Amino acid sequence: MDLSMKWLADYVDCDMPIKDFVSGLTLSGSKVERYEEEGSDISNVVVGKLLSVVPHENSDHLVVCQVEVGKDAPIQIVTGAPNVSAGDYVPVALDGSTLPGGIKIKKGKLRGVESNGMLCSLGELGLTLHDFPYAIEDGIFLLGDDCDKTVGMDIHKAIGLDDTCVEFEITSNRPDCMSVIGLARETAATFGKKADIKEPAFTGVEGNINDMLSVEISNKELCPRYMAGIVKNVKIEPSPRWMRERLRACGVRPINNLVDITNYVMLEYGHPMHAFDLRYVEGAKINIRNAQKGEKIMTLDGVERELSEEMLVIADGVKPVAVAGVMGGEFSGIMDDTNTVVFESACFDGASVRTTAKKLGMRTDASSRFEKGLNPQGCVPALMRALQLVEMLGAGECVNTIIDCDYSDKTPAGVEFSAEWINKFLGSDLSEEAMVNYLESVGFKVENGMAYAPYYRIDIECKADIAEEVARLYDYNSLPSTIVRGVAQAQLSPKQKFEREVKRAMVALGYNEITTYSFISPKYLDKICLPADSKLRNAVVITNPLGEDTSIMRTTALPSMCEIISKNYNNRNPYAMLFELGNEYIPVDGEVLPNEPARLTIGAYDNSGSVDFFTLKGAVEAVLDRIGLYDYEVEAASADCGFDEVSAFHPGRVAVIKKDEKAVAILGELSRQTAENYGVNTRVYAAKLNLPEIMEMSVSERIYKPLPKYPAATRDISVVCDDAIPVAKLEKAIKGAVGKTLESIKLFDVYKGKQVDEGKKSVSYSIVMRSHEGTLTDEQADGAMKRVFKALAELGAELRS
Amino acid sequence: MKEQLSQIEVLAKQQLEEASDAKAVEELRVKFLGKKGEITAILKQMGQLSAEERPVIGQLANKVRADIEEAISERAASIKASEQERLIKEETLDVTMPGKAPKIGRLHPLNKTLEEVEEIFLGMGFEIVEGPEVETDHYCFEALNMPKHHPARDTQDTFYINENVVLRTQTSSVQIRTMENKKPPIRIISPGRVYRSDAVDATHSPLFHQIEGLVIDKGITMADLKGTLELLMKRLYGEETQIRLRPHHFPYTEPSAEVDLMCYNCGGKGCPMCKNEGWIEILGAGMVHPKVLRDCGIDPEEYSGFAFGIGLERITMGNYEIKDMRLLYENDMRFLEQF
Repeated sequence: MDLSMKWLADYVDCDMPIKDFVSGLTLSGSKVERYEEEGSDISNVVVGKLLSVVPHENSDHLVVCQVEVGKDAPIQIVTGAPNVSAGDYVPVALDGSTLPGGIKIKKGKLRGVESNGMLCSLGELGLTLHDFPYAIEDGIFLLGDDCDKTVGMDIHKAIGLDDTCVEFEITSNRPDCMSVIGLARETAATFGKKADIKEPAFTGVEGNINDMLSVEISNKELCPRYMAGIVKNVKIEPSPRWMRERLRACGVRPINNLVDITNYVMLEYGHPMHAFDLRYVEGAKINIRNAQKGEKIMTLDGVERELSEEMLVIADGVKPVAVAGVMGGEFSGIMDDTNTVVFESACFDGASVRTTAKKLGMRTDASSRFEKGLNPQGCVPALMRALQLVEMLGAGECVNTIIDCDYSDKTPAGVEFSAEWINKFLGSDLSEEAMVNYLESVGFKVENGMAYAPYYRIDIECKADIAEEVARLYDYNSLPSTIVRGVAQAQLSPKQKFEREVKRAMVALGYNEITTYSFISPKYLDKICLPADSKLRNAVVITNPLGEDTSIMRTTALPSMCEIISKNYNNRNPYAMLFELGNEYIPVDGEVLPNEPARLTIGAYDNSGSVDFFTLKGAVEAVLDRIGLYDYEVEAASADCGFDEVSAFHPGRVAVIKKDEKAVAILGELSRQTAENYGVNTRVYAAKLNLPEIMEMSVSERIYKPLPKYPAATRDISVVCDDAIPVAKLEKAIKGAVGKTLESIKLFDVYKGKQVDEGKKSVSYSIVMRSHEGTLTDEQADGAMKRVFKALAELGAELRS
Repeated sequence: MKEQLSQIEVLAKQQLEEASDAKAVEELRVKFLGKKGEITAILKQMGQLSAEERPVIGQLANKVRADIEEAISERAASIKASEQERLIKEETLDVTMPGKAPKIGRLHPLNKTLEEVEEIFLGMGFEIVEGPEVETDHYCFEALNMPKHHPARDTQDTFYINENVVLRTQTSSVQIRTMENKKPPIRIISPGRVYRSDAVDATHSPLFHQIEGLVIDKGITMADLKGTLELLMKRLYGEETQIRLRPHHFPYTEPSAEVDLMCYNCGGKGCPMCKNEGWIEILGAGMVHPKVLRDCGIDPEEYSGFAFGIGLERITMGNYEIKDMRLLYENDMRFLEQF
């Protein structure tokens, strides 16, 4: 809501410094977004009177003017404008003046003739023809009789460009504040002043409106009140300057006196009005009814719109002439030859207006007010004010009777008032008298333990609403500051602790956390080469996404990681080591909401080659160790490994981690195809860990094991086996063969080449054994090794000679 | 014999002078003082001496031995010292050469800030509660006193999955789930991702993070809300921090407030950062609407409470002076490694 301070001053004393006004209203609930002093970018422009206009000696299109500007002597100004003649009053930008757009005017010579300033057009003052309809667009603005023609007077004052426009953010519960009068009431209450709001009235000419028009409300639920007044013999012309100025300050473009009056009333009283040309109201009948199936209306903006049955329309005897509370029909409006006008001041159901406006895709000034829920009692002053203004402007003859179809409930909203309860609720210590004063200052009546809201307050429903009125006028910041009493204990949940542990471990391992969008493009699933029949393609779909790129909720967190890897690579970062802890969104059959399991994704590349499959695997193993997942198995991943994302990986460099036969993580190098899809020309490593599953199987407690008391026995062995045998298989055999004295096995060499047959490899281990009962003897250690060789032999691994 | 002893002493000292390393000194020690050394050899001849001479020569021999011992240890110490000096010289580094740091990772600035906020609230006895991001219309709107067609829904442009399922526009949905499942007293915060269909620019993102707080108990007042928020802001921004509360409207709280932080850039005088207002809007809050309590099965005559919601992006951007929200979601390494 944009407010003209000049307009506000009609109703309340508001000459305090603008900064005080702004902060006062902000703190009492009407938030000021910003304010602007009109014409603040214009300086040193005054009213001038042209004394003479003679042709320029060196130009056939320039003229030389002698201008009186209130100084000792007239000044000389050269202009190219064709519309000036001696005796005209014009805006003169003097030497050193500024104009909108940062333009500075300096004296100089034009074709050899001295010019001491500039005569201004409307445009040069930042104005348009809507502000001064009698001016011309491509010439100097010749001041009319609605301007002050005192020579030398500052132009702001002379043409009324001296208002201050304040922009308010009005919350949806206070449509009454979307008006000059509403804000006048708030100003009065905030600063302890009295608002001077008179009931508007008009005189009118004799006539019975019922002979000219009949009104019927068919849907009283959606239209509890409809009032109409008639103006005969209207004279369509521009509104006077003061009205145009105020509309301009409030951001409304002046059109003509009748249309301006409806807008003026809407801005002043917050109640939208509509004006019909009676000629086009067929049968001189107005019916407020639901639209019929298939009915159409051409609205004022020239668009034909199809109506549906739940929409409320204003119809004449034949057709809809307006969409109730939203917009009038094209032929219902005021035209140059309009003779008789019907003013509508009605009240429509907020939710209905809102739905209709939304469905038709047209939010208007009127609909944005009605949809918040206006009170039917507001119809009266609005209609009276409109008719009063018609008389004030001499725009026509108002018929002195009006139509009022009123089915509204006028019971004032009453809520229990208890000063004790309010103090208890706010934590304040205010007297009952102070509270009553606050409430009365905003129009409430307090009697018999009840507070009654004025009709225009549609937001008062419960005790807490009354408490808010008191608190906001007292100033929230005057309330004491206390701390919640009582002891409370809080700690992280096991899941939160677990997730923090995961992050700590990743950070310690050198990985940086990322945050990505939860929604992705369906195409991202193609980029990770996901099979067409993958269950991951069944995603939660957003029906109104911002774009295709953010149109489905991710069923796999891997593509998000790949996108970020790709961005970093394309930003020429030499390496990236990243992780994300984020959710996936998996639809569940028969459930309304999807599952949202947490996933740890890891992604890394390094152009210097320091990252490879095994550094990634090492990082994953380190995290698992940190969060207590032990005794898992690592296998080469196959298509049915439990992770459909396996499609994204190099088939020979991808592993799954299984615990108790359940696949809980996948890791590997992205396939060349995937990397190419992301425009990355280096090896990329990625992993995904299913955290809830891992958490379930992990051991969070740690119990101290005594440090060894006896020395260890170490044996190094080298065996030769088929290249195809995974070393994990050998390790498993060694573990089984050594038994409980095994402390560690370390693979320290894998060799293929000379001295080893084709298709074979030599694998070397360092095996450490230790007992907690005593020093292992050589016999014991050698015995264990014999068992190891036997077990390895069963796998076809022979001791290397 | 006397002469022999003094000759030995002279010789030993001479040779010590010439010894250039620890090894040579050790050899001399063996040569003169060892079991088979020269002094021992002389002492062995003591038997030939008369009873009068024996103590005299014995004393002299011991003195010579002690002198040589002292000379040896002096020489050894000086050789060690010069050896160490040499090593120090040899091993001296240009300490201004670059260090070899292992890479350490960083938490994302949003989560770093979130953890700080969580710690503050854990300290005040608030549990951290999570809830679904894909949420029913009921929990996201209806139960928060925003029935269908409520105008306040306009301020939260919503992504819809279907008529009854949305991407949550606020984590207040978690408050409702908590109130339905837990009897007061309740003290929780619910951080998490929220979604609104705002196009991406320097200050908007269709996905961002909120931290909502909720306190329900007997006798909770608006002054408690004010005190709690002041405490939070002081912990986050320092003891000097000032806030102000402004009346506002949220359908699920009454009274409702928006909270501004005195601009940390200009101290309230007005600058471009605070759009000349001197204050920066930081969060929304209010007393839980009695209707919301009642709908969750909590008697508003017996209990009262407050709620507040903070934008994590806003705090994070303020903390680190990040001017463009997009950086938070682009995850460029050069950005991530700064935190």
